[in-house]
Amino acid sequence: MDELNYKSYRIEAENICVDYHGKVALYDANLRLKAGQICGLVGMNGAGKTTFFNALTGFVNISKGKIRINGESLRIAQQDQSIAYVPQSEGIDSQFPVSVWDVVMMGRYGSMNVLRSPRESDIQAVKDAIERVDLIELSAAPIGNLSGGQRKRTFLARAIAQRASILLLDEPFAGVDIRTEKLISELFIQFKNEGKTILLSTHDMIHVREFCDLVLLINKTVVAYGETSEVFTPENITSTFGGVSPDVLFGPES
Amino acid sequence: MDLCFLSTNITSFLADPLSHEFMRKALLMSSLVAAVCGFLSSYLTLKGWALMGDAVSHSVMPGVVVAYALGLPFSLGAFIFGVGSVALIGFVKQKSRVKEDTVIGLVFTGFFALGIVLVSKIKSNIDLHSILFGSPLGISLSDVKQTVFISLLVVILLSVFRKDLILYCFDPRHAKTVGINVLFLHYLLLTCLSLAAVVGLQSVGIVLVVAMLITPGATAYLLTDKFDNMTIISVISAVISSVFGIYFSFWFDLETGGSIVLVQTFIFLFAFLFAPRYGIFKFKKLFSNY
Ligand SMILES: Nc1ncnc2c1ncn2[C@@H]1O[C@H](COP(=O)(O)OP(=O)(O)OP(=O)(O)O)[C@@H](O)[C@H]1O
Ligand SMILES: [Mg+2]
Repeated sequence: MDELNYKSYRIEAENICVDYHGKVALYDANLRLKAGQICGLVGMNGAGKTTFFNALTGFVNISKGKIRINGESLRIAQQDQSIAYVPQSEGIDSQFPVSVWDVVMMGRYGSMNVLRSPRESDIQAVKDAIERVDLIELSAAPIGNLSGGQRKRTFLARAIAQRASILLLDEPFAGVDIRTEKLISELFIQFKNEGKTILLSTHDMIHVREFCDLVLLINKTVVAYGETSEVFTPENITSTFGGVSPDVLFGPES
Repeated sequence: MDLCFLSTNITSFLADPLSHEFMRKALLMSSLVAAVCGFLSSYLTLKGWALMGDAVSHSVMPGVVVAYALGLPFSLGAFIFGVGSVALIGFVKQKSRVKEDTVIGLVFTGFFALGIVLVSKIKSNIDLHSILFGSPLGISLSDVKQTVFISLLVVILLSVFRKDLILYCFDPRHAKTVGINVLFLHYLLLTCLSLAAVVGLQSVGIVLVVAMLITPGATAYLLTDKFDNMTIISVISAVISSVFGIYFSFWFDLETGGSIVLVQTFIFLFAFLFAPRYGIFKFKKLFSNY
């Protein structure tokens, strides 16, 4: 494979394995994503979705395999602010005494000086991001006072403020109402058009069909990966969810 | 008439002890120590490191004893053992299947026991009582210098890395993702914890120093939704507790360390019951509407 081709992948995960104190959570997982692609990460509870994200952000070490971001190592990707991560609601302390503004500003920390004193451009980036998720009136509110959906949007704004080219979103649609859902999906389409690469985990099969170009089905390892139209079949889904038929998951509509 | 009597009483309650040199020094030093511990406290309560604070503060015991015996600054010995205990906890946790809280309890009691045995074995003029329960009324000049130096160091470290530490407590994943050195912040916070434990034990002793590290932060957490305010409230409540604790101990002849911590606990209780947003009382009012 020539250099140009090699570089053309935004995310390249090759046979990665993650274990927690000897207990394997993910093994032999592969993923390749290019600019402008949206990929859905689907699997049941405990399948290793959050673990996959943790590996891609460098939050946990992989015991085997290789991860390249824009053809470079993870460390460089971190320094370049290439990856933004939007956590699962369970992954954060919703009562932590910080405001929406504070959280979104954290998206800029990686490119600030040691004291993290915001420049004019940082303040503008934060303002713009908060505006894009429609939270201007709440920007001074402590996150503990927000609804689940508003908190989701706050973290989304943090990712926007970071101006990363790769967005990793852990269950962005969990527990949000229709209005927020619509806002988030519209943002995803905009991100795609801006050439960002998006990997998102979800339990909602409809969303996958709606706007994921690719889908990655996992159950501790990759069950199936490819174009949504080809891979997202009842058989694959059934084996991903350990024998539960897609009727149960979708409702018996199709 | 009554009022006049009361006010002279209060004045003498506050002023009389100040005529003693040792009381002035104790009040000043304990306030400084309380302020530092209170400052750190808001991070520790949010990080969920209460048990870690307990472990570190107990583990410094053998360090203090050895340092005294060797004529070294006791803060040095305490610091080494404080950080050492944490390293050991991390090591045992990683290498065995024993759960973290068990490992923490196991390691710090081991260190603490070692300290007690050392005191009984090493012939010196170490006062076990003052190590265990603090001796703010008998602080020596060299102790004062050490305390001021360490306090300044901790305050500077916490201030310079303030935003990173808040992020580290809140969302270490994001910190890592944007290239912030999370491991460094982890050890920075641990270092500050050890140092604060070292200065705190002079006021209230090893047994109770963990209270200095968690109670003010917990109290403040009930009273505000802003981190900055939390730190301010935490520091103020810690300093007030120290001052009143020492006054009470002077007038009623109480153990000073216990007295300070008890005042802190009462302030927490007050917040627990009457905090405008998060107090119990608030809920009662809510329910009585039905
Ligand atoms: N920090 C950890 N320490 C030990 N085991 C962990 C840790 N995090 C996750 N695991 C284990 O790894 C496996 C995968 O967990 P993970 O959180 O990646 O699942 P998930 O697909 O995100 O599930 P969910 O849909 O519930 O979010 C689970 O069996 C879990 O118990
Ligand atoms: Mg998960």
